[in-house]
Amino acid sequence: MMQRSYKLLLTAAFSLFLILFSGVSFANDTTLNKAEEHTVSEKHEAKEEFNVTETILEHIGDDHSWHLWGHNTIHLPVIIYSDKGLEVFSSKNLVDEHHHPVMYAGNYNYKLFENKLKVAKADGSLDEEATKKTWDFSITKNVASLLITVFILLFVFLRVGAAYKKRGVTSAPRGLQSFMEPIILFVRDEVAIPTIGHKYKKYMPFLLTIFFLILLNNFLGLIPFFPGGANVSGNIAFTMTLAICVFVVVNLSGNKSYWQHIFWMPGMHWSMKLFLAPIELIGVFVKPISLMIRLFANITAGHVLVLSLICLIFIFKTVYASAIAVPFAVFISLIELLVAFLQAFIFTMLTGMYIGMATEEHHHEEAHH
Amino acid sequence: MVFGSVAAIGAGLAAIGAGIGIGQIGKGAVEGIARQPEAANDIRANMIVAAAFVEAVALFAVVVAFLGTK
Repeated sequence: MMQRSYKLLLTAAFSLFLILFSGVSFANDTTLNKAEEHTVSEKHEAKEEFNVTETILEHIGDDHSWHLWGHNTIHLPVIIYSDKGLEVFSSKNLVDEHHHPVMYAGNYNYKLFENKLKVAKADGSLDEEATKKTWDFSITKNVASLLITVFILLFVFLRVGAAYKKRGVTSAPRGLQSFMEPIILFVRDEVAIPTIGHKYKKYMPFLLTIFFLILLNNFLGLIPFFPGGANVSGNIAFTMTLAICVFVVVNLSGNKSYWQHIFWMPGMHWSMKLFLAPIELIGVFVKPISLMIRLFANITAGHVLVLSLICLIFIFKTVYASAIAVPFAVFISLIELLVAFLQAFIFTMLTGMYIGMATEEHHHEEAHH
Repeated sequence: MVFGSVAAIGAGLAAIGAGIGIGQIGKGAVEGIARQPEAANDIRANMIVAAAFVEAVALFAVVVAFLGTK
């Protein structure tokens, strides 16, 4: 019975994944703006300077199409909801052959400004008020990568869970189980129990999800080709969502002692209590924010470093620079592997600590001299 | 002739801070291992965790430097 329901879920997840990737076939009409085409090809005649900053920002940022290798690109679907209704089309309509942005006439005139989809006026300039009316729900590179991560996580953990259900917890693990079990036990014994204490079981799913999600996204971000190569954990929106989840869990599980320590710290003179209350309140918000920035900055900095080293080859315009750049980049990538694991571990450990602080039963302290 | 932006100076200062901080953590860890070699594994694990925290603070400054470039 369990086998059937997990197979069903897997099938559903995989089908969703396939549907979204078949967005290549949507909306086949292409824009034929002859005048724009002519000027674009003219610009390409003049050799474009290699701009390091632009290249790096392009690689760590989000994109509407996923470049695979050479000239092969997956053009992910663009989903726009505006006051004129829902619209879905392939992002192929937004770029021409030289990867310059081109205007697409749908419900509104859409155009990519700095790789973000906005509404343009008839002459091609940005139309701010119309852009405010549109909501961009596109499947971008980061969204597609997240879906891949979700699929991998579901595949691995549903299998492991089913294996435990079938074989029980007393017999030795086999196969995928024996690979996952040490890691799961590591999270339980090194993170959950020391930080949360005896109430850890309730929070184990949350901690495990956070750990494996961040770990897998970090690892996939380090792989330069498909299915890796999308900078998900270096995207501040992704880390912000995780931080919001931590914020909600920590504050919903806060007991009376936790809130009392924030607003009316016991064991102090009343003036100190008043002084500490706003500081502690700011602390409630700053802790998840620091989680968010820590993960974002570490992962983005790592990617920027590796990309800069590879860009050195293009700055010196000689292939012999690769003799220095490539070993260096490999070395930094190995450190980035450590950072990927470490940042997932630290995020999980800090989450455990915050939950532990929120749920610990505090011994009543009166005279605190 | 000025290359780069003032934000790069900020990022450089952050690197100095990270270097000093993590260097001190390393110093403490190495001294601890010298005094008690059996505890080397525990000390090493704690050193790496503490280094990640200090690194994070330096990277807060780098993020602000990023915001300063454009």
